[in-house]
Amino acid sequence: MSSDQTPKDYRESLIHLEYQYTAGSATTTFLNQVKEGRLVGQACPKCKAVYVPPRGSCPRDGIATTIEVPLTDKGCIESFTVVHIPIPGNPIVPPYVCAMVRLDKANISFLHLIQGVEIEDIRIGMRVQAVWKPKEEWTHSLENIKWFAPIDEPDIDVSTLRFKEA
Amino acid sequence: MIQAGVIGVGQTNYDSKRRDVSMAGLVREAIDHAMLAADVDWDAIDAVVLGKAPDMFEGVVMPELYLADAIGAVGKPVLRVHTAGSVGGSTAVIAASHVCAGEFKTVLTVTFEKQSESNATWALSPRYPYSPHINAGAGGYFAPFIREYIRRYEAPEHIGWKVAAKDRQNALKNPLAHLQIPGIDEKMVSETPMLWEPLRYLESCPSSDGACAMVITSEEMVGSRKVAWINGMALRSEGTLSAGRDEVNPQAGIDCAKDIYQQAGIQNPRKEIDCAEIYVPFSWYEPMWLENLGFCELGEGWKLTDEGVTRLDGSLPVNMSGGVLSSNPIGASGMIRFGEAALQVMGLAEDHQVEDANIAMGHAYGGAAQFFAMWIVSSSKN
Repeated sequence: MSSDQTPKDYRESLIHLEYQYTAGSATTTFLNQVKEGRLVGQACPKCKAVYVPPRGSCPRDGIATTIEVPLTDKGCIESFTVVHIPIPGNPIVPPYVCAMVRLDKANISFLHLIQGVEIEDIRIGMRVQAVWKPKEEWTHSLENIKWFAPIDEPDIDVSTLRFKEA
Repeated sequence: MIQAGVIGVGQTNYDSKRRDVSMAGLVREAIDHAMLAADVDWDAIDAVVLGKAPDMFEGVVMPELYLADAIGAVGKPVLRVHTAGSVGGSTAVIAASHVCAGEFKTVLTVTFEKQSESNATWALSPRYPYSPHINAGAGGYFAPFIREYIRRYEAPEHIGWKVAAKDRQNALKNPLAHLQIPGIDEKMVSETPMLWEPLRYLESCPSSDGACAMVITSEEMVGSRKVAWINGMALRSEGTLSAGRDEVNPQAGIDCAKDIYQQAGIQNPRKEIDCAEIYVPFSWYEPMWLENLGFCELGEGWKLTDEGVTRLDGSLPVNMSGGVLSSNPIGASGMIRFGEAALQVMGLAEDHQVEDANIAMGHAYGGAAQFFAMWIVSSSKN
């Protein structure tokens, strides 16, 4: 019963798992655009909410997000955390900032890194823009954006970001 | 609907590495305790409902099949439940639903996690092309929501330390709890390293091995046994990536709580509920859930915590057992909340018993805070 006994026979054996990611049509469309340096969301035909990255359906209405909505690479920090521990399998050195980035005109946020600013100056509502990798490194991945960096524009009141159906 | 009740709760002791038992040994340990407490034998068990978090956490796919012997499911109906971290709660609700519906008289339900057999943070951090690979585990995911809560309601940072210290002080009264930190106080919490701002090391849950089991039966089978009557129970979920979702105060949590209060005839949860076991894996979730569950108005949760209302000797004790902050075998963590609530109203919570606890809440949440499971148990029937 007690766990402070001398450990019995066991050994660690690491396993290596390879998996193939099947993107589905919405994500495929999105990633094909990302490869060209463009961010294109999808809107719900009923409630008009704009999703980026689009996952193909609107969880509010349960229907396909069929309307393509081109977005800029500017937005604001909806919230963030300063992470002081490493990520398994990621060479990034702590401390670093993970933020929920809300692109302009989008109705959901996604997680990305914030850099190009002192950590203590980062705040909720701060305006940011994507910093892209060199074009020749672009692939089918949101990691084409290295991080988001602050831009000199007035902060957003994040309480205004909440989606309300028109 | 048939009235159901809990007649036995069984738990293992929780530890970072239970290397003295296999996964099968671990679940059986909890089951043996539950069946002894319930005073039932295997022929009384009509079906088994098992829950745990993702199979990747141990690397054993569909463990309910491999565990069939250990959980006594051979030749009996068995059901597996999975709703991320809320699974322990969902599993209890689904097990009880089978009794309430009259499908089975008595159901054995068990949940577990043996985190030491793999690496949960690794399992939670796969690489997807639509997202940069920056998922630093559950704490990194929830910390921005907590920051937004603090901003919205101007809560002072010591609230998080207070919850963390309070739950670990309670754990010192629960010999099964994983973290036993003598002398734990706010200052000690505040001096531990920052992990995911604003969360410090001791404001975060541990990684534990452990299992929890319950025997749930119909009114007619209870006899003279001690029982925790299940007077309300519900599950709710919401779209993780839904536009308009408020991660700080999820609608699914609000709706789930309203549902169980209505079933149990509770008008004023703050006054009528004697104590609650709430799923708090990171300190700030105590005030956040107090508001979400309707124990107070929005923005008032941190004040209840600050005033000591949620202490073991307060007017609304929360996480008397030490909570998820003291023991976190993920798949079982929700059921421990439900089982501890049952123990309170049965008067069996020993050193962490709340005096005259007649109505208690068990609560669990999971995933990206989109899954909720709750129940109200009582010493008297609905």
